[in-house]
Amino acid sequence: MAKLTAGITTSHVPAIGAAVDLGKTQEPYWKPLFDGFEFSKKWMTENMPDVVFLVYNDHASAFDLSTIPTFAIGCGESYQSTDEGWGPRPIPTVRGAPDLAWHIRQSVIQDDFDLTTVNEMTVDHGLTVPLSLLFGQPEEWPCLVIPFAVNVIVYPPPSGRRCYELGKSIRRAIDAFDQDLNVQIWGTGGMSHQLQGPRAGLINKDFDMKFIDDLIHRPDELADMPHVDYQRDAGSEGIELVMWLIMRGALDAEIREVHRHYHVPASSTAVGHLILENA
Amino acid sequence: MPLDKPYMDIPGTVIFDSDMARKGYHVNQFCMSLMKPENRERFLADESAYLNEWPISDEQKQAVLDRDYLSLQRLGGNVYYFAKIFFTDKKSVAYGSSTMTEYTEKEYMEMMVNGGRPIDGNRYIGEKDDG
Repeated sequence: MAKLTAGITTSHVPAIGAAVDLGKTQEPYWKPLFDGFEFSKKWMTENMPDVVFLVYNDHASAFDLSTIPTFAIGCGESYQSTDEGWGPRPIPTVRGAPDLAWHIRQSVIQDDFDLTTVNEMTVDHGLTVPLSLLFGQPEEWPCLVIPFAVNVIVYPPPSGRRCYELGKSIRRAIDAFDQDLNVQIWGTGGMSHQLQGPRAGLINKDFDMKFIDDLIHRPDELADMPHVDYQRDAGSEGIELVMWLIMRGALDAEIREVHRHYHVPASSTAVGHLILENA
Repeated sequence: MPLDKPYMDIPGTVIFDSDMARKGYHVNQFCMSLMKPENRERFLADESAYLNEWPISDEQKQAVLDRDYLSLQRLGGNVYYFAKIFFTDKKSVAYGSSTMTEYTEKEYMEMMVNGGRPIDGNRYIGEKDDG
């Protein structure tokens, strides 16, 4: 049977991808950020999953205002990197896991989470930057990926509670999949940041630290935090953090914190990264 | 019953909600069109002519021509769509963000390296004298 072994969170700032692609990771501005992922890259090689269920948001790339799915699961066989204006990132093709993705889709919809099914799309920095942070620059990505896109751009995103419960449903689906697969779930985006308006540049380290602690130890309470608290205290774009609750919902109640990294700034964003193992 | 909008008292912040997305639909879709290289070329060659092909207001057109993102946000635009203009202009997202603040790009980047804009005094409209 498939087994969910670990959860990973990381921010997905586009400038991080550019720093990797342009060979700037050792420059003074970027080095402290990337140093925090050295442990993680090693940990990944020792705990390589077969499939990563990757929760992210599309940033007006594959989805514009013409269609706004709240939750979209990628059931396709492969995905190319989006041209976000500088040309597609020079990275390998992302290989999907259609058998598991179609299975999860059916199970989760039957569980009352009405997902949108997507087979053809490109994937933007929301999905590809986390892959670069955890895997570096390989010739091929070392595992399969199920893209799971969440609308966090056009208000409202799904509630924290909805995300958390969805995570539990995804877990039930993975547990019931009849193939021996090691599966990880990644929650991306955040942490505190605001990219627009006169308050742009907002960072709230106290909020971010408390969010991490609550995510690990008190996720059920954290799931009830209203949207406005994210917006007010973590910035208008900090609301991306609801996606971390999907990851948390899929993990066991008791988990082990393997690694934590926090760095300000990457461009306008506070970068947070966790590795969590089922205990 | 009107929608509950508890976020309206957050200073310096416009939440891209249904009303804003409705208002900014066409201007954001115009931005989206700049994802295609041939459209970027056509836009840069004659910005007004390109904008006239879109059903957007004169105010929105002027804000695009002026790269006045603060006004454009209040007219329904959103930063992830503005990014298509930033990239057309060969500018970064951080640059675009900085233009909406009281700072120059350099000052903004310095603020970020020094830990960003503090939350204290920035939670509620009216908390600070300059609100």
